[in-house]
Amino acid sequence: MTSAEIRSSKAEELRVVGQPLPRHDQREKIAGSTRYAGDFAFANMLHARLVRAPVPSAKITHRDAAAAVAVPGVTCVLFGEDVPHNVIWVDVPGQTVEVAALKASMEVLATDRVRFHGEPVALVVAESEDVLAQACDLVEIEYEELPGVFDPAQALAAGAPAVHARGNLLGEWCIDRGDVDEAFAAADTVVEGTYQTQAVDHAYLEPEAGVGWLDDEGVLNLRVATQVVEHYRDVARILDIPDSRVRVMAPYVGGGFGGKEDMTVEPYLALAAWRTRRPVRMQWTRQESLLARPKRHRMLLRYRTAARSDGTILGQQVDITADSGAYAYLSALVLLYASVHACGPYRADNVRLHARCAYTNNPPTSAFRGFGGMQVVFGYESQMDLLARELGIPAAEIRKRNALRRGDVLPVGQPIDTEVFLGQTIDAVCDRAGAKPPPSGPRRAVGRGMASNIQSYGRLVWLNDSAAAWVGWQLDGSLTVRCGVPDIGGGQASSLAQIAAEILGTPMDRITVHFGDSALTPLAGTTTATRQLLMSGNAVHEACVLLREGVLRAVADEAGQPPEGLRLEPGGVAGPGFGMDLRQALVVCRRRNVPIEALGTFFGPKGKPVVRDLKADRVFPDFTFGTHLCDLEVDLDTGKVRLLRYVAAHDVGRAINPLSVQGQITGAVAQGLGMALLEEVAMEDGVNLTGGLFQYLIPTSTDVPDIEAVILESGEGMGPFGARGIGEPPIGPPPAAVASAIQDAIGVRPCVLPITPERVLECVDAARAAR
Amino acid sequence: MSEIVTITLTINGRRITRAAGAHLTLLRWVRDEAGVTDPKYGCGEGICGACTVLMDGEPVSSCIVLAAQADGAEITTAAGLLERDGSLGPLQRAFHACHAAQCGFCTPGMLMSAAALLADGRTWSPAEIRAGLHGNLCRCTGYGPIVDAVEAAQRERAQ
Repeated sequence: MTSAEIRSSKAEELRVVGQPLPRHDQREKIAGSTRYAGDFAFANMLHARLVRAPVPSAKITHRDAAAAVAVPGVTCVLFGEDVPHNVIWVDVPGQTVEVAALKASMEVLATDRVRFHGEPVALVVAESEDVLAQACDLVEIEYEELPGVFDPAQALAAGAPAVHARGNLLGEWCIDRGDVDEAFAAADTVVEGTYQTQAVDHAYLEPEAGVGWLDDEGVLNLRVATQVVEHYRDVARILDIPDSRVRVMAPYVGGGFGGKEDMTVEPYLALAAWRTRRPVRMQWTRQESLLARPKRHRMLLRYRTAARSDGTILGQQVDITADSGAYAYLSALVLLYASVHACGPYRADNVRLHARCAYTNNPPTSAFRGFGGMQVVFGYESQMDLLARELGIPAAEIRKRNALRRGDVLPVGQPIDTEVFLGQTIDAVCDRAGAKPPPSGPRRAVGRGMASNIQSYGRLVWLNDSAAAWVGWQLDGSLTVRCGVPDIGGGQASSLAQIAAEILGTPMDRITVHFGDSALTPLAGTTTATRQLLMSGNAVHEACVLLREGVLRAVADEAGQPPEGLRLEPGGVAGPGFGMDLRQALVVCRRRNVPIEALGTFFGPKGKPVVRDLKADRVFPDFTFGTHLCDLEVDLDTGKVRLLRYVAAHDVGRAINPLSVQGQITGAVAQGLGMALLEEVAMEDGVNLTGGLFQYLIPTSTDVPDIEAVILESGEGMGPFGARGIGEPPIGPPPAAVASAIQDAIGVRPCVLPITPERVLECVDAARAAR
Repeated sequence: MSEIVTITLTINGRRITRAAGAHLTLLRWVRDEAGVTDPKYGCGEGICGACTVLMDGEPVSSCIVLAAQADGAEITTAAGLLERDGSLGPLQRAFHACHAAQCGFCTPGMLMSAAALLADGRTWSPAEIRAGLHGNLCRCTGYGPIVDAVEAAQRERAQ
């Protein structure tokens, strides 16, 4: 079955959208000429570096910069007292009085207390990186170590050391839907499992970097590797200056995955440039990035699932405990995502869920592709496999029997209001599976596993999300798009050109997209939450439709043609027996006072904020569904897992650019496979032991198998041309698919990530013991 | 502070002489002294491969080679693979056709390791290509399009 065969009947005649066109940013990247944030330099430029806490929990008893400042070439050393407003706020609405509306904060530079290994305490600015290296060692900071807490469950126990004065419970969400006790009492079978996911690092190839300077208007400019140019507001608050005095630009970013959603270098570059009035560059080392930038939440997931003998799920009980690390960041929202997605892409009418995240003295945790929607896949898909085995129902069949359909209501209360192609994604991977390959030798076992998932796209509906884009014709008929979207490598900017080309008929090579500038491009929000195609894509769509309507109306009036008969073609306006060159049409527009530029603004679906006890008719705009299948071989003596083959199918609604969609799917699968088998940020009592990429193993070209991406197009999404978001969804299933395949191979399922050879051997031993 | 040494490198055919600290790595020298920014800093430990350049034709991680060790060498970076008129070279065209770059940060280094593979003249199997590139990390693509691109470049060369 090809994607074309199951294209929705709503598919329109499209000429550019849907074409696998090389993205416009490819050429410069491959030529080596794309300049990333760390590639910019200025004459008279200074360099900045942070001094970070060497211990996870301590009182700061003494700070002295005298020796560092005395080093020739040191410009200044800044402590928290030197920061105009030394606070970064995190405000999460929706928590009830029990937890209190969350108004958490952290210091830009810690003044009297550090809460995690690597917390910034001082900022050193110097004429060269060599001077910096010398001076940072001379900043005297003394600590008095305090008891810390390093496990979220222990952090929530009575008497645990308090990470923050208001206690260690940072976020809590509950779902109580239907009659859970009745459902479990009536069930033919109940399966239970406990699953554990680990802290992982985004490990994009480009470590955090940027430059900052004051421009001729006295505006503070930051050109940084970021997913969010709108942090200019946070920077302004820190400096205590008007928002309009700060400009943030994101050049092409060398990977984000959520790790560049929170601020990284921004406040420090801003402080250094503001204080010295000189250009400054800051480049975090890989070691710094691994040490102190927020990670994916470790989660402990407890599931009980009740079902009828035919496999129908009757009830779910879910308990989630997540490690937030030392500061709030986006933890409460990540936990909310985990809660809303916890029952997977399946009907669940009777659900009791309790989710908590706790402060610890571990490195902070925050956004990471999937945003809490990923960890729970490992839980709910393990439960589906347990049920399938218990009841003797094939894995594909039990999933299809329980699959959400349009009109079904998620446990949180939100109805699914678009067509769900989950069953088609299951069929797609099964159709491609073929025969399971034989083992390559004795003491080897081959297994096949499957996992499906649901992942939202677009931001939480009470965040009043919007995106704006400006599209304008040049007088020569070429087209300029301005949109504040940061392009983090997913083709975010190029997709906008493709949408404009579709609507306006302008060839792709005549379109230029200016992006990621908080001052000069209309604000388009964050490149996070799988929202840019939905939001900026629709904004560009709207602007282009306005433009098209204007020029067709002007030409119709000018030529005495009925406007409904006219259309935009590459090169001009055409109608029955009529044609006008585009340049001439633009002159007509100007003569008739019709704008040849337009601003489109798209507003996301709206809804009320949730409270702790989750009940809402809408939390997210919409969802993307998919299914993965994995073949692997286990070495029964060493526990080594060799991936043989991987197929991933997602309904993307409409593939604006199939190459970009395929890239998102295969890349997310590889990243998910790293979490399944290899990656873990190792910590011991809060000390981050992961010092480099020689310890933190991300998949190499020899670890990743051939990945086949299957693109289904229901046309049902809320994005332009019926597109759904695809940035995050494909990272969810790999750990569950791998665990499922290992269970198929050896009979026991690994329930702790990453599934290292040691853990595989434990399963092999357990299987032997059970026989 | 270390002593100052005068080093001459020929980078993509351009001969550059600078006096700079003897402790500078080849990567820092090429980026900060010569202003050639296509080799990227990714880890500083010779693990990720983003800084890979050809040094007298051999791929090296320029973050763990001292510039002083390279004195007199011919250095080739991704920009050195371009045709004389600035258009993409054959390997780069294959990367372009196969959509082998996403964020693009690993791409300059990946290209140099791939170029070194192709320079050998052999025809490599997909598994051998994967083995040959395993010192270059990519976090975006899942590697498939990159392997495809090297295969395509091999085929192109054979014709």
